Amino acid sequence: MRKYLSSAWQALFGDPVRAFGVVSVALLLALAIAPAKEHFSQWHGYQRQYLRLIRDRGDAVSLRRRFQPGVHQIWLPELSVVDRCTTCHLGLNETGLADVNQQPFRKHPAIPHSLDGFGCVICHGGQGAATTVAEAHHSERAGEEPILPARYIESGCGQCHQNALPGTPQLNLGRKILTRYGCVHCHAITLPDGTKVVATDHPPSLAHIADKTTRKWIYTWLKDPQAYAASTTMPNYKLSDADASDISAYLVSTSTQQAGDTATAGAKPAAQTDPAAGPSLYGESFCSSCHAVQNAAGNLVGGAVGPELTRIGNKVKPEWLAAWLQNPRIYDATTPMPHYRFTPQQITILAGFLQGKSDSDYGANVHLDAANANQIAHGRKRIVELGCAACHEINGVQKPENFAPELSTIGSKPLAQIVFLPGMEHTLSSYIVAKIRQPRAFGSSVKMPQFTLSNSQTDALATALLALTSRSRTMPDNLRVAAIQESNYQPAGHAGKLITELACFSCHRINGRGGDMAPDLTWEGSAVQRQWLTDFLHNPNTLRPSLIRRMPRFNLSESDNKVLTDYILTVYQSPAIDPELALTNSPQMVEHGRQLFYSKFACQSCHIVDTKTDKGYIGPTLTQVGSRLTPAWIYAWLRNPQELRPGTTEPNQNLSDDDARALTAFLMTLKNQGGRGVKQ
Amino acid sequence: MMKRFAQRITLRSCAWILLPALAVLPGCKRNAAPAPELKATAAGTAIVESSGGHQVGATGTVLHDPLVVQVNDDQGTAVPGALVEFHGPEGVSFDPAAMLTDSSGQATTSVTLGSIAGRYQLNTVTPGKSRPVNLEIIETALGYQQRLGSILADKYCNRCHDPESSPERVSNYDNLEVKPHPFTDGNTLNKMSDADLTSIIQHGGPALSRSALMPAYGNTLSVADVRALIAYTRAVADPPYQPAGMVYARK
Repeated sequence: MRKYLSSAWQALFGDPVRAFGVVSVALLLALAIAPAKEHFSQWHGYQRQYLRLIRDRGDAVSLRRRFQPGVHQIWLPELSVVDRCTTCHLGLNETGLADVNQQPFRKHPAIPHSLDGFGCVICHGGQGAATTVAEAHHSERAGEEPILPARYIESGCGQCHQNALPGTPQLNLGRKILTRYGCVHCHAITLPDGTKVVATDHPPSLAHIADKTTRKWIYTWLKDPQAYAASTTMPNYKLSDADASDISAYLVSTSTQQAGDTATAGAKPAAQTDPAAGPSLYGESFCSSCHAVQNAAGNLVGGAVGPELTRIGNKVKPEWLAAWLQNPRIYDATTPMPHYRFTPQQITILAGFLQGKSDSDYGANVHLDAANANQIAHGRKRIVELGCAACHEINGVQKPENFAPELSTIGSKPLAQIVFLPGMEHTLSSYIVAKIRQPRAFGSSVKMPQFTLSNSQTDALATALLALTSRSRTMPDNLRVAAIQESNYQPAGHAGKLITELACFSCHRINGRGGDMAPDLTWEGSAVQRQWLTDFLHNPNTLRPSLIRRMPRFNLSESDNKVLTDYILTVYQSPAIDPELALTNSPQMVEHGRQLFYSKFACQSCHIVDTKTDKGYIGPTLTQVGSRLTPAWIYAWLRNPQELRPGTTEPNQNLSDDDARALTAFLMTLKNQGGRGVKQ
Repeated sequence: MMKRFAQRITLRSCAWILLPALAVLPGCKRNAAPAPELKATAAGTAIVESSGGHQVGATGTVLHDPLVVQVNDDQGTAVPGALVEFHGPEGVSFDPAAMLTDSSGQATTSVTLGSIAGRYQLNTVTPGKSRPVNLEIIETALGYQQRLGSILADKYCNRCHDPESSPERVSNYDNLEVKPHPFTDGNTLNKMSDADLTSIIQHGGPALSRSALMPAYGNTLSVADVRALIAYTRAVADPPYQPAGMVYARK
């Protein structure tokens, strides 16, 4: 061994010249390490590959001119972006490379923002400063995270855009689920601008639950809410039999009676009623605009504003149902259900029909023994532990504060803080999805219940949660787009009381408050004529025959009708409309308008003026528009529909003043049903 | 002595170290749960699509409806218990990727599209009796712009341009004297340039001497919206749209 070493030393450094040579070579090699490292680096390989790719293309010269060797960087200090992704992703901005599908050289798909203005990591995640694929895309080290799977990409938009963008349906759906499923009752979410996310669901108060239903139903419901109504947002808590029994016992034992919420049978059970009267009253009242019922094929038919009614007969007590139909605001003052003003006869018919919607198998095997005090106390204990009172008002239990972890920055939760399940992908997105799908898989002590969400709904919810990043809180203010806040507009006086009772806001939007099922009524007073409005409130006949959801009939009294009509016509006036607008309606003008209607603008593709010839029914039927709308409104609408109702589908045709006046003159002649503009 | 030592190290020990390492390595990769062995109990001679083809979804997302294929025998009756494998281009995943047909001879899988917009050609294979039989299925993934286009189309265009009616959205197609072209009608729309489509959307049918039943949307939709609509029609065109591409002068 010694011999070998000494002979090697002799061979290399035996003679001073040779030693000098050896040291020089060693030094040269050492100096070559840095350039060689760069030459053999991954990104350099990609840049060479890119040059080979563009070499044979027709636009090689211009592509090569724009190509710059070396590490590229997008540096945006105000967004804290240092992205070197463009070092390898060389074709992102090259329109000419639209046909290239080879990564990393693809052109970036069209998006509304410039890549240089925002960088890559803001939307895609990953490590922008890294220069190897492994580090940039897949890093899992502390404080770092791999790039976001493409299916959650819309979460990037949600960091700045709190409003609903037309191009991000998944994010919008996710945010809707977040509020509709009541996630924010337990998990507080504060948006970057300081506003709190507010739930839009309407979890019923359980303070008077015993008036409404039986303990047996509560027990069966608690065991599996989806077995009663597949569409319910109430999650499954996977309660044991004892827990469900004790909780139902507690709820029933603490329920107080509400004066007037159970009716002593008003009308006699009408034995002679027509069996078709129930379904037809249900249809006429357009209950299905808000309530869904499962049909024979198992599909839900109807709206999702109110609860599903497939098995309502299993749930409610007949006397409660009758009282509810008479005036739902006695039991629940804030219900979105309108006060229909049914006659006692109608209530009997409708209640009988709804009671018939039951399933004899539902809860058939449930036998509950009367609960003792210990069991009731245990029920209360479980209610407190599970946080039932975070959503529902329950007698004797306080609404818990900060019941579940706050989610305001869940999108930036460090991977190091997450306990992953075995076999799970180590990414935040897969953790969130798994947590939503099967919360109890993370431990039997986890309180979060099992929600019934489809895979696409889960992905949407995960997208909305991933948008809640800590980066979104440090964004410059000028990039933030605030959500459209629901106003707390409340009309005053007797009309205001009527509008609340009829729950107009459940479907109509007025001054920034209300639903989107029916037209916005903010400027309705400028739009319609008095006689038409009075008649319509008495008996709403539809303007759009192809729609399923329609305005129900509320059986308003003469005086209430007048109050409401007066209020709408006086208060809901648009300042942009001049009621004194002088319009000529000479026969020539009307004829000119008719020509414009049928030939130049071909309005008959969407509207019906003459029921014999016109067939379009995208827009409202115009056969009686002359007795429905005011001329000033028609004129203003024709000039710019979107200004009066933002988002309406009627295209703004940029009509000249003359054309709009002629069309208005023609439309104002349409007063008779089926007549094609009477010539004067 | 040295030599022998070296020999021992290189051959024996290395072999002992390498073998378990090789065995462990594939297991290290996450999510590489080996598919349970599927034992086909029958084989068919044909594979047909039941539903779930020609869907349009967003990039990287799960398609709305599952893909259902059926394995048939010579008589055209369904074969239960036949093996079906689903294959797709890079980025596409199936859940499950291989399965046996159920009692009605059908195999159902949910398809996750890749992250690149465009048409995806999927391949379903069943071993068959003598040779494998396969069926090709096309699905379309929409990127941001095309999907914005599809949403705008639903709001502004499809009531007339889509002949399909549903109770929620009754089609106006049959009521029009001049029939509009469905956006999937590649035979017509592929021949029109982007500039043609832009002007017909912005200025209405008369801009190209076509029917005035098509109104002008230039004051209602933004330029980006119109581009998105065109990108959408190009993405769903059948037969597929082939862009003319850029033409450069050669030396």
